[in-house]
Amino acid sequence: MLGEQIVKGMAVTARNFFGSYVSKERLTTVQYPEERLVPKENTRQFPFLVYDGDNWEKGLRCVACQICEKECPPKCIYIVKSKDKKPDYKGQPQLYPLTFDIDISVCMSCSICVEVCPFESIKMDTEFELSTDDRFEGLLLHKQELAKPNAHYHKVHAQDAKDSDAVLAAETAKAEAKAKAAAEAKAKAAATPAAPPPTPAG
Amino acid sequence: MSDRIQQVIEAFKHLSLVDKLDQFFVVLKQLVLAGVPEGWQPLVSGLLSVALVLGVFPGVFALITVIERKGLGRIQNRYGPNRVGIPFTKIRLCGFGQFIPDGIKSLTKEDIVPYAADHAVHFLAPIVMLIPVLLAYAVLPFGRNMTIADYDAGLLFFFAVGGAVEVSVFMAGWSSHNKYSLLGAMRAIAQMVSYEIPLILSAVTVVMIVGSLKLTDIVAHQSDYTCGIAHWYVFTPWGLAGCLLFFIAALAESNRCPFDLPEAESEIIAGYFTEYSGFKFALFFLGEYLGMFAIIGLGITLFLGGWTSPVSFLTWIPSYVWFLAKLVAIVFVFIWIRGTLPRLRMDQLMNLAWKFMLPLALINILVAGVWHFMGHDWQRWLVCGAIISGAYIGLGRGLMQNQKLGKRTYRFAE
Repeated sequence: MLGEQIVKGMAVTARNFFGSYVSKERLTTVQYPEERLVPKENTRQFPFLVYDGDNWEKGLRCVACQICEKECPPKCIYIVKSKDKKPDYKGQPQLYPLTFDIDISVCMSCSICVEVCPFESIKMDTEFELSTDDRFEGLLLHKQELAKPNAHYHKVHAQDAKDSDAVLAAETAKAEAKAKAAAEAKAKAAATPAAPPPTPAG
Repeated sequence: MSDRIQQVIEAFKHLSLVDKLDQFFVVLKQLVLAGVPEGWQPLVSGLLSVALVLGVFPGVFALITVIERKGLGRIQNRYGPNRVGIPFTKIRLCGFGQFIPDGIKSLTKEDIVPYAADHAVHFLAPIVMLIPVLLAYAVLPFGRNMTIADYDAGLLFFFAVGGAVEVSVFMAGWSSHNKYSLLGAMRAIAQMVSYEIPLILSAVTVVMIVGSLKLTDIVAHQSDYTCGIAHWYVFTPWGLAGCLLFFIAALAESNRCPFDLPEAESEIIAGYFTEYSGFKFALFFLGEYLGMFAIIGLGITLFLGGWTSPVSFLTWIPSYVWFLAKLVAIVFVFIWIRGTLPRLRMDQLMNLAWKFMLPLALINILVAGVWHFMGHDWQRWLVCGAIISGAYIGLGRGLMQNQKLGKRTYRFAE
């Protein structure tokens, strides 16, 4: 009969209406500022710069290679290279960024900068409450605001941070082994100065 | 002059407490009128009544917008607005202060008129929308002795004035010079003209039984009680059918879900008022809701006993409270329907109006005649009930027979 299904539908919505007052489980929404959902493992908002140790300026991993700046599709990264060098995590003297700005009003959260960075230095953060009443300066993040410790990276993306640490450790080990091998070769060369040069084969 | 004030106060003192509550506003008006010269009385009387309507119904509108959003939220298992309460305090009032920022927002928004629009018509459309809607309130009996203009042809006046709303809708749609506006306006005209016929035909039954177009007479005919239950027309077979037809047509006349094709957001942005912003948009919004309240008010007057109480032991509640309570209850049902039913397609809309509601309304007129001429027999209940339910089932089957209901199959997708 005409109208039967309408009555059934009305019953469903009436059950929802009264049910939402009775049982809290029905309510699917979260009352945001008071209640918060734990962010998902793969949440990515805006980039930040990782630093090791306690000093954000000294420990910054970035070496101002400007690859991220060049790859950034909306061109929201602005880097000024330093004139002098300072040692990086491997102890090698490296350049460092004098200025590192990200305009998050332009950033589209594509995380291409993270993918291209060879130094594991720029990573994605989960912070999203970045609204401000100053839409020009307030949304232009400078080096100091962007720099966050490695511990923060471990907190927001634990697995990725572990992988990143492993990569850095492997590279350090490789560099050390190379340095050791080079030192050994040097020592060897020093020990046997009179060794005849190898004769060409054939 | 002071004699007249004395007279009014004396008359008020002799009323019982129930009547004092009930007639409070009426006496208040008489008191003010007693203080002004004879010649000015009609003007002042009119202004006072208009002020009351302009104060009360937009207030109801403001509350209904919040109730609607909250109700729809609950139907979808959400809270709905629950933050804004009394301004500058921490009191939240379950979000019932929401209409204040909403109002401020729409009043302070920029008023944009399209470059290509017909400026004069574009400006006039919201005014032409609101004036007939407000005029319609003139004939509604809000309570005992509370009708602004008790015309003998009140019902006719209501429908005649209500017809002007269609003009404003087309003015808005056409003057905006926008394809969505024009599409919305054309849909609105098709829909409103189609549904006005069952709306009026279902109201005709009441006029046949009462023998008057005067709305206060219609209420007076429904104010008797048998076994403590009121003689509302909705409790008769023809009245029930007429009431349902009337409210379905009212739903379509006020462009509400599931008949919201003229302003279908997902298809044509906002329909005929796509190109309106700021205060003009707010006027359209207000006009739409006030129109809905007016037509519900008429439905209440015709079928649900106007300001009378449904049971005799609750007659101590003031008449205007009953009217407003019924109004809010019906609006709530409208919100419930909005939360339940999806939008109709244009052909379904027209089929429902012309193939189902119009024949049923015509049969209902016949049934009302049968009811009248069969006298006070109990058999008339059987005969009228049988005709109505037979027509309903038959017409319903006719409407449904060519429908291929089932799982939708796609030719290209999948």
